[in-house]
Amino acid sequence: MLELTGVHTYYGLSHILFDVSLRVERGEVVALLGRNGAGKSTTMRSIMGLTPPKRGRIVYKDQDITGLKPHLRARLGLGYVPDDRRVFADLTVGENLEIVARTGHGSDQWDKDKVYSFFPPLAEIDGRQAGFLSGGEQQMLTIGRALMTNPDFLLLDEPTEGLAPLVVRMLAQQIQSLKQTGLTVLLAEQNQEVALGLADRGYIIDNGVIRYSGTIEDLRADEEVRKRYLMV
Amino acid sequence: MDSASHITLAALGQQLLVGLSRTTILFIVSSGLSLILGVLRIPNVSHGSLYMIGAFVTYSVATFIGGQTGFWVALAVAPVAVGLLALAVERGIFCHLYEREHLMLLLFTFSLMLVLGDVVKLIWGSDYRSLAAPPMMQGSFSLGGMPFPRYNLFLLILGPLVAVGLWALTNKTKIGKIARAAAVDREMVAAMGINVSWVFAFVFCLGCLMAGLGGALVAPTQNITQGMDHAIIMEAFLIVIIGGLGNMWGALLGAAIFGITDSIGILVWPQFAIVFPYVAVTIVLVFRPKGLLKSTW
Repeated sequence: MLELTGVHTYYGLSHILFDVSLRVERGEVVALLGRNGAGKSTTMRSIMGLTPPKRGRIVYKDQDITGLKPHLRARLGLGYVPDDRRVFADLTVGENLEIVARTGHGSDQWDKDKVYSFFPPLAEIDGRQAGFLSGGEQQMLTIGRALMTNPDFLLLDEPTEGLAPLVVRMLAQQIQSLKQTGLTVLLAEQNQEVALGLADRGYIIDNGVIRYSGTIEDLRADEEVRKRYLMV
Repeated sequence: MDSASHITLAALGQQLLVGLSRTTILFIVSSGLSLILGVLRIPNVSHGSLYMIGAFVTYSVATFIGGQTGFWVALAVAPVAVGLLALAVERGIFCHLYEREHLMLLLFTFSLMLVLGDVVKLIWGSDYRSLAAPPMMQGSFSLGGMPFPRYNLFLLILGPLVAVGLWALTNKTKIGKIARAAAVDREMVAAMGINVSWVFAFVFCLGCLMAGLGGALVAPTQNITQGMDHAIIMEAFLIVIIGGLGNMWGALLGAAIFGITDSIGILVWPQFAIVFPYVAVTIVLVFRPKGLLKSTW
C-alpha cells in the first residue's frame, strides 16, 4: 500500500535519511523502531510531504506521491499523528475535530461522536481549550483528529512518548482495535514493548539508515539486534 | 465659573465621542492588518494603499450615482472591490511566494504599496477630493449643548457591530476556526488535508476588505488624497503593536487608545495634539513591550 524506495531526506544542509526503503501492505501494522534522533519522525514527515525527500520515491496506493503537497497526500487517505502532539491549542477539543472532518471511502465513517465513543475521556472535555489538556488527552485528541479525516493509512509517530503506563496501555489497546477495523498503520516507537505487541512486522532505523527488517517474531527473538540498535 | 467647567465637561464628552468614532475607522483598518499578521505572519505594508483605494472608489461611485443612495452603494461596493483586487493579487502573485523566505513576502507588500500608490495617481490624479456625507447623515444633533455630527454617531454604532461580526467570523465559522488553527500551526492544518493556500487567500482578502471598508467610511470625514495611505499605515501598525499582534480585541483596544488620546489632545493642547497618541504608544510599550493583549506570534 505504501512503498518508500531509496529515500534521502535533508533538513537544510544536514542529511538525515540515507537510502531509506520500506514497505507497508494493506491491513498491516508495521513498527518503525529506533532511538531518539534515529530518523523515525523524519521518515514520517517524508511520507507526509512535510519534509519532502531530495531523492527517492514514495508510492502510495499505486500512485507516485513523491512531489505531492501534504494536503493532497492527506486527501488520498494518509492520516498523520505527529510526535510532538500538535493540537490546535487555541481551539476547543470539539473544534479541533470538527475543522478537519472529511468523509472517506469506506462505509464505516468516523465523526465526532464516534471519536468520543472511541476515546470517552474526550467527550467530557469537548468545550475545553486544547492547549490546556494533559499529555494523554492531547494524544487522544491528535489520534482522534487524524481519524476525523477518515484515513485508510495512519502514520503514528511515537504515540506513547512521555505518557503514564496506564495511558500507554489504554492507547495500545485502542490502536489494536483500530487495526481490527482494517486500518493500515505505520507506528514509530521507542517503546519496544508497545511496538512488539502491536506490529506484524518491524523495521529498525539507526542514524538515518534502515538496519533491520523482519517479522515481529524474528525481531523478538533477535536480542542481539535489539540490543545494538535500540538500547539506550 | 460654573458655566466654564460645564462647557469643558461637555466639550470633553464631545471630544471623547469624536475620538471613539475615529476609533471605529482605526479599528476596522487595523483589525484587517492584524488578521493578516496573525494568520499569514506578514506585515502587509500595502494595507494603507488599499485603504486609500477604498476611499477613492467610494468617492467615484458615490459621486457617479449621486444623491441619497450614492454613498450607501459606494460603501458596499468599495470594500468588495478592494477585497477582489487583493484576491487577484494574492492568487496571481502573492501565493507563489509563501514557500519563499519571509523577507520576500515583506518586500512584495512593500512594492505593492508603491505600485498601488502610482495606480491611484494614474486613475484619480494628484488632486484631493472631498465627499459629503449622505444627506440623512449630514448635520448634527445636540449632545449636552454641544453639537455632535450625525455621521460620527453612525461610526460609533458601526464599530461594535463590525467587531462582533469579525469575532463571529473567526470564532463561530469553520473557515474562521481553520484560519486560527493555521495561524498557530499551518503545517498541521495542511497535514490534515486542508489547503492552507486557500485559507491564506481568504484571510488576505478579508483583511484587505477591512482596509477598503475603513477607506470607504473615512471618505466623508476628511480629504481623500495621496498620502493618506502612509498616514494610516503608520497608525495601524502602531495600534496592532500596542494591542498585541494578531489579536482582534487588541486592535480594538489599541484603536481606542489612539483615537481617544488624539481627540483629547486636540482639546487640551491643539498645537501638539499629534504627539499625544505617540506618547500613549510609548507608555504602553514601556510597560507592555509585547502589547496589551496576548499576541498570536
